[in-house]
Amino acid sequence: MISRRFFLRGAAVLGCSAAAHPLMSTVTLAATPGDRRLVVIILRGAMDGLDIVQPYGDPLLAQMRPDLGVGPQNGALDLDGFFALHPAMAGLMPLWSKGELAFTHAVSTPYRDKRSHFDGQDMLEAGTGMDVPVSMIRDGWLNRLLQSMPGARAETAYSVGADEMPVLAGAAPAMAWAPDAWLNLSGQGRALLEHIYHDDALFREAAAEAMTITDTQAAEALVAQQMAAPMAGGTMVTPGMQATGAGAVQKADALAQFAASRLREDTRIAAFSLNGWDTHRGQAGAIRGPATRLASMILTLQQELGAAWGKTLVLAMTEFGRTARQNGSRGTDHGTGGAMVMAGGALRGGRVYGRWPGLAEADLYAGRDLMPTADIRAYAGWALAGMFGADRALLERAIFPGLDLGDDPKFLL
Amino acid sequence: MDFATLAPVRFGFGLSPRAVGPQTVPEMLAALRSDGVGAQFPGMQTGVALKMRVDFVRLKRAERDDEPGAAAALKAHKAALHDALVDSLQLALARAVDDPAGMRERLFAFWRDHFTIQGKRREDYALAASHAEALRPHLTGSFPAMLRAAVLHPMMLIYLDQNSSFGPGSRMARKKPERALGLNENLAREVMELHTLGVGGAYSQDDVRQLAELFTGLRVLGEAGMQFSPDLAEPGAEQVLGRSFGGDPAQLEDIHAVLDTLALHPDTARHLARKLAVHFVSPAPDPALIDAMAEAYLGAKGALMPVYQVLLEHPASHGDALEKVRQPFEFMATSLRALGLSGADVMGLSGAILRKQGYWPLRSMGQQWLAPRGPDGWPEDAADWIAPQTLSARINWALKAPAAIVRDLKRPFPDARDFLPQALGPRVSEALAFAVPRAESRVEGVALVLASSEFNRR
Repeated sequence: MISRRFFLRGAAVLGCSAAAHPLMSTVTLAATPGDRRLVVIILRGAMDGLDIVQPYGDPLLAQMRPDLGVGPQNGALDLDGFFALHPAMAGLMPLWSKGELAFTHAVSTPYRDKRSHFDGQDMLEAGTGMDVPVSMIRDGWLNRLLQSMPGARAETAYSVGADEMPVLAGAAPAMAWAPDAWLNLSGQGRALLEHIYHDDALFREAAAEAMTITDTQAAEALVAQQMAAPMAGGTMVTPGMQATGAGAVQKADALAQFAASRLREDTRIAAFSLNGWDTHRGQAGAIRGPATRLASMILTLQQELGAAWGKTLVLAMTEFGRTARQNGSRGTDHGTGGAMVMAGGALRGGRVYGRWPGLAEADLYAGRDLMPTADIRAYAGWALAGMFGADRALLERAIFPGLDLGDDPKFLL
Repeated sequence: MDFATLAPVRFGFGLSPRAVGPQTVPEMLAALRSDGVGAQFPGMQTGVALKMRVDFVRLKRAERDDEPGAAAALKAHKAALHDALVDSLQLALARAVDDPAGMRERLFAFWRDHFTIQGKRREDYALAASHAEALRPHLTGSFPAMLRAAVLHPMMLIYLDQNSSFGPGSRMARKKPERALGLNENLAREVMELHTLGVGGAYSQDDVRQLAELFTGLRVLGEAGMQFSPDLAEPGAEQVLGRSFGGDPAQLEDIHAVLDTLALHPDTARHLARKLAVHFVSPAPDPALIDAMAEAYLGAKGALMPVYQVLLEHPASHGDALEKVRQPFEFMATSLRALGLSGADVMGLSGAILRKQGYWPLRSMGQQWLAPRGPDGWPEDAADWIAPQTLSARINWALKAPAAIVRDLKRPFPDARDFLPQALGPRVSEALAFAVPRAESRVEGVALVLASSEFNRR
């Protein structure tokens, strides 16, 4: 009763490659979206830009934040004599020296005053202004870019991880995968699954792609393990190992690693989340975790992308900043202006971009928050212009409707 | 397909070894009329949810002021609010496995989605669960009554920003000009676009604006919930769809009147008929089916049973092609039902199992419980649910969850060969009959059945 077809399909399982399988894409065009890579990391919970990129040159900062450890005398790494990098991100200093790391300070979305994480994130990812109620927003700015990109296919953009990524949601097809979505089936189970899906194209193709990605991930994990410990034999890499590996840093790295594995192939845009920035209490301790993970993710991307790093831009953006002053529980509350972290070989780095507004009472927004001096969407817009050739009209009308791009801050090489 | 075979697939949650489903349309209609499982498994009440919401705000303030014990109390209350979400999933699964015909609970899911809300803030989690419960008395009753219950519920007023909409000429706005109080059109727009007339319906931007003005005065006040405050209402009458509503003094009855008018509009009849047909039958339903359902709706002045009767009886509903895919919640409920769980079994599952094998896997399958992305609810296309990542999550669930669940209930794991006909009845395909006995373990055998397209399509 076992057919020849069944055997051939079963035997082919482990040898299958991306090229041999039809992808989920509904559009397949000959043109490709170029060789530039963009990684967007959404920092959920409101990263305190004043702690990650500390304007320690302004003596007010230390006065406003007596318990938060300000400046090089508390371990932060001097960047340019005025700003210093949070010590948990010290690992990034070589990138800074090479010009592959930069920051933009005092930026925000147009969102003001209510300071809700959810509305703030919705607006950041939708890329819209205050004229559109956030509950009416149905797609994200990266998706609108894809919609306008000739030759974009589903695998051109990847949303990585279990978190929903509204920034990539919308009409243009995009791929989604979480490193822990590995298909945990035995070889026989896979062969049988292919058999029962044979006549249903929707299930057949989705399963084939899931198997391909799982195998690619497993193969890469094996290589990584062999390189890390060439002498240690005996342990077999199994699907799911990376994801269940101890520690939040490994989990974050697994996202970056998987994103890099896709970006080395045909993917040009990857988006994922990094949570944990809502540091209302004991910020000196609480911010170390997410800051360490962000630095580690960026270094993982650099390492794993290899030569492609030179054509890569990483944008790490958050929904809003936090209060300039520390609060009653040695933390900070929801604010307005914040910072964006940028990295990659495509960057003209080694500097802090943006117009610094100052920290004096009169310079603050509503007397409490860092005053935003630029729209974060303008930076995202100039990134899309430089990386993918999106023109001003497209950016200001379709991708970020109503945005005034302003002058090019020229942060790309 | 004959009705007895088709009913549990297209209109229910599949087969259960514990019950014989309806064999005929009249039997199905009879089953729809009583809400036995709702009485057996009562859900979150709006009053309780409002109190939890008020308590959250109070505890948060106490914690900020460093009151003794407040931090621990807030932590416990946060957990209780999250539990309210997981509890509502547990209830929905229990009702789905015990509903004799399955269709009542499928309708519950349908209307919950039609009136999508999301409690985005922690304080609103229990209130989100209570919104669905407020729809239940109307599932087989009248749509105008359900519309009122859904739109005027405090969760909807919060979700669609009605709580921050004020008549620009209201007494409150004139008294406090510095607050620049004004209209928020969000609820008015979605009531017309999503809940009643549909996006193609005969309304204009002016109608949205006028309806938003008519809605002013609706607000959510602490434990009292929805209140109508004439002080916030825009003075004067409003013109909606060419008819005049309200006047001075503004009153809640005017809002009831406009909702009734919208509910019984022919465009609403077509919008609801089409949505039901798309959800239950096909992404491109036979226009004759939609016409017949819309006609039944208008003839019965918004009563829903005559509409369901048409849906069940119409030949266009009986096609063999299974063009729809079970959404993740349905997939999970259908699996538990096929495994022979009772509602009491589901209610007896441990919290850890519910989280690990219920709440979180739903998220991986692309359907986080009570958290659709926007007010237009979950997508309906098969391809929206079966992508590499989400199909992988279904398969991995099919591999892990059944064993974990029967272990939690101290039951033996089924033999995959027996489970196959138990789950699919007369619909076992040749390919499945071939594959299941060849699985290398009982666990993989059962997983193949649950992962099969026969089991996932409807």
